[in-house]
Amino acid sequence: MKVSDLFKTELKVVNTGIESFYDALKDQGVPCAQVEWKPPAGGDERLMALLERLKK
Amino acid sequence: MVRKSIIKENAYYDSVTLMLISSKISGMDGVENAAVMMGTDQNKDLMYGSGLIDDQDLAKIDSNHMVIGVLAQSEEIASAVVDEVMTSLEQKKTASGSGDIRTRTSKSASERVGGANMTIISVPGRYAKHEAMRALDLGMNILLFSDNVSLEEEIELKEAAKSKGLLMMGPDCGTAIINGVSLGFANRVSRGRIGVVAAAGTGLQEVSVVIDANGAGISQALGTGGRDLKAEVGGTMMLMGIEALIEDDGTDVIVIVSKPAAPEVMDKIASKLAETDKPKVLCILGGQMESNPDSGMYYAKTLEEAGVMAAALSKGETVGLTDLEELSEDVQALIEAEVSKLSDEQRYLRGLYAGGTLTYETMLIVKAFIGETYSNIPLNKEMALEDIMGSREHTVVDMGDDDFTNGRPHPMIDTRLRVERIVKEASDTEVAVILLDCVIGYGANEDPAGDLARAVVKARQEAEAQGRYISYVASVCGTESDIQVRSDQEQKLRDAGIIVMENNAQAARVAARIASRDQAHRA
Repeated sequence: MKVSDLFKTELKVVNTGIESFYDALKDQGVPCAQVEWKPPAGGDERLMALLERLKK
Repeated sequence: MVRKSIIKENAYYDSVTLMLISSKISGMDGVENAAVMMGTDQNKDLMYGSGLIDDQDLAKIDSNHMVIGVLAQSEEIASAVVDEVMTSLEQKKTASGSGDIRTRTSKSASERVGGANMTIISVPGRYAKHEAMRALDLGMNILLFSDNVSLEEEIELKEAAKSKGLLMMGPDCGTAIINGVSLGFANRVSRGRIGVVAAAGTGLQEVSVVIDANGAGISQALGTGGRDLKAEVGGTMMLMGIEALIEDDGTDVIVIVSKPAAPEVMDKIASKLAETDKPKVLCILGGQMESNPDSGMYYAKTLEEAGVMAAALSKGETVGLTDLEELSEDVQALIEAEVSKLSDEQRYLRGLYAGGTLTYETMLIVKAFIGETYSNIPLNKEMALEDIMGSREHTVVDMGDDDFTNGRPHPMIDTRLRVERIVKEASDTEVAVILLDCVIGYGANEDPAGDLARAVVKARQEAEAQGRYISYVASVCGTESDIQVRSDQEQKLRDAGIIVMENNAQAARVAARIASRDQAHRA
C-alpha cells in the first residue's frame, strides 16, 4: 500500500474524539462515522497495559 | 453558598464539548464556580480542590462518569446550572440528526462506512497510541490531533505506519486536506494542483488560504506533527508526504512548510526533493536560503511568499521579483495616520495569537523593525517571558501553547483568554499597537471576529477615557467558503476600527512599522 494510492481512492473517515471534527466531515458529505469513545478498561491503566500484553 | 454535584454513569462527552459548557455555566449570574468534566483522576482532584465535589463523590467517581459540580448563591441557581448543562448536552445529541453513524469501536465504525481509509483521533494523549495502533492495524491513515504523546510513542507509531504505507500525521497535528476534504482545523480552499507538506498547523492553513486567494488550489495538504523533523524522528512523515506528492499525478508543485530542522534531516529532505523535476517551494521559517530557479527550488521567507510563489508556479507564470514587502501608498498613508495618533510613550507591540506558526512567523518578520520580542515561545531563550500572563516591552504570545491552554479549549475554539488579554494590554500606557490573528474554518469558533471585535471596542473605550489611542491590526486566515465567511469576519473587525490586512505577514509588517514609527531596527 502506498500513500499516493489514498489520493486515488474515495475518502471514508472514522472520527474518534472531538465532535466538531465529525460535524465538519458530515458537512462535506464524506462517508464518515463517529466512535463514541470511552477510556478502555474503565480508564484503569494497569488493566489496559495487561490487555495490551494479552493481545500480542 | 450552595454546593451541588451530579454524577452520571456511562456517559462520555469529549473534553472540548465539556469545557465549552463549563465556560458557559461558570459565567452565569450567582455562580461562584462550576464545571462539568469526565471523572478522570486529574479532573476529580481539580473539582475536589475547588470544592465542587465532596469526599463521598470522590469515592464514587471513576472515568466512566460525567460529573457536574456547582457552587452557587442559592439552590435555585444551582439547579438552573444543572438544567443548563443537561440542555446543552441534549442539544448536541439532537443536533446530530439523521445520517449519523455512531459506534462503540473503530472497527465497527470502519465497517459501517464500507472500509475506512482515514481516521481522525483526538482522544487524551495517554490513550492515543493505543487508538492509533489499532487504526493502523485496520489499515487507516491517521490524523492524530492528540498531544501529550511521548516522543518514543511517536517514533513507534511512525515506524509502524511507514511499514504499512500509511500516513501517521501527528501527534499534535490538527490540519490536513486530502482529496479535497478538509480534516480537523482546516479551511475550505479551491481544489487545484499544489501539494503541501507542513510540520506546522496554522502554517498549512495560511499557505492554503494564500494559494486560494491567488487563484490556485490545493491537491493535497498533509501535516506531519511538529516534532517530525527532529533528529530522533528523522522526518519520517515529511519524507513519506513528499514521496506521495512526487508520485501524485494530481500535483504539479510541491510546497514544504516547517521551521529549521536537524541538518541531517534537512539533507534527507533536500535529496528527496531532488528526485523530482516538479517545482518546489520551501518555506523554512527562520532559515536562510537562496532560491535556485534552475533546479526548480524556491525559498520563501514567509507563508505569504510561499503561497504567492506556489500559485505563480502552478499557473505556469514566472515567479516574480515583486517585493511583497513594498507598501502601497494607501498602506503607507494608513501607517502614518496611526502613528500620528500615538504619544511618544507608546512604543510597544503586543501580538496575541491563536496560531503557533503565525506567532513564529510574526516574531521573525517584526525583528527587522523592533528587534527581538518577548514570548512564551521566543526565538531566543533569553527572551522568554517570566510570567506568560503579563507582557513585557515588545511581546508576541502563542496563546494556543500548552502553558496557556492547560485545561481549556484551544483559543481557536474558545476566545475568552484572548478577549481578556486584549483588554489588559490596552490598559498598558506604553502599548502602541495590538496585533491579532483570526483563524476561521472547520473546527474553529463560529464567530471569532465578533468576539475579538467586541473586546477591541471595549479596550478602545477604556483607553480613550484615559486619553490614549491604540492601534489594532489583524488578518483573517480563511476563505469565502468557510462557514464563518472571510469577508464577514473582516468586516466585523474593520467595524471595530481594526486595520485588516490580507494575511499575517502583511499584518505583522504594518504593526511593526507602526510600533517602530517606520524606522528599521538598529541592533
